[in-house]
Amino acid sequence: MFKLLKKFSARIFGGLFRKKDNLKIGFYGPPNAGKTSLANKICKDWTGEDIGTVSNVPHETRNVQIKEKVEIKYKGKTLMFKLIDTPGIATKIDYENFMKFGLKKKKAKKRAKEATQGIIEAIQWLDDMDAVIIVLDSTQNPYSQVNITIIGNLVARKIPILIAANKIDLKKSDVKKIESAFPEYEVVGISAKEGKNIDEFYESLFKLSKKI
Amino acid sequence: MENKMKKGVKRIKGLSLQVIPFAEVQGLTIAQRVKKILSLVLGNKIVILHGRLRAEEEARLIEDTMALVDHVKNFKGIELAVIEPDLRNRSIFIKMKYGIAKRLVGDNSALTVIGPATVIKEIKRDPKRLELMLG
Repeated sequence: MFKLLKKFSARIFGGLFRKKDNLKIGFYGPPNAGKTSLANKICKDWTGEDIGTVSNVPHETRNVQIKEKVEIKYKGKTLMFKLIDTPGIATKIDYENFMKFGLKKKKAKKRAKEATQGIIEAIQWLDDMDAVIIVLDSTQNPYSQVNITIIGNLVARKIPILIAANKIDLKKSDVKKIESAFPEYEVVGISAKEGKNIDEFYESLFKLSKKI
Repeated sequence: MENKMKKGVKRIKGLSLQVIPFAEVQGLTIAQRVKKILSLVLGNKIVILHGRLRAEEEARLIEDTMALVDHVKNFKGIELAVIEPDLRNRSIFIKMKYGIAKRLVGDNSALTVIGPATVIKEIKRDPKRLELMLG
């Protein structure tokens, strides 16, 4: 009972007094969609530093990475938030897949172990987010259960969502397919690697922050 | 004759399906449901659940799967897919009927397929069809 009251008052008063600069915006999605590439692009643009390393080998990000106080100034508006980059969520991890990228068995097994823990950590962080950017690879089929599970969990927690359809610089990219898979959400096509459409992304990010 | 028949039958090694009716899991807690599913999957079975898991149950299923990948030898995770009736071009009346039924008896118009990743290589899913690619 006491716990319930505490939770209720935290929600009411937390909502009243939460400053907009304490926002926590998470980056979620499947592995290799470009979450860290996009997080790096934003951090580099506005703080001058990267947040993490990127790689072609899946599950390069295996810990939640945080950049405090990212301040974006765009068209006279300012948005300050805590950027939280999370490991890619998957339902399976096979160390042998990492060996195909040239990793030795021992290193591949270590990476797999860290990746499983990273996925658990990413899911546990869901409750702490104020808004989430779902980063999807626009060259891949969007109808994957992982994507649906992530979105379903955010909807259940009433967390506002923006979908970034990444890798539009690639020939196979199909942003329309993502739009038709998730028609209820704003989808913005970008290339985090080449910085394509990034202004449109920032515009959408400001719109997202208004939904919090 | 019997030998001839036996010769004609192709056995798929390690493939076993288990259908779970909605009523069997209805009264279980999240932890119990997930435990039941994972114990079958660990026994190399493809589970066909009548109904669908809630979003938080799916997240819990992934969390517990990852904990098992870390601890159970040769377990590499799961493949998971939900098949739902396609209501996009249906009339408002049909959509309402589904909505009311969903509220009254839970979402058991869907089918959830969960199997070991080593048995199911991939579940190809689009709104109209679902294919299990066996490993």
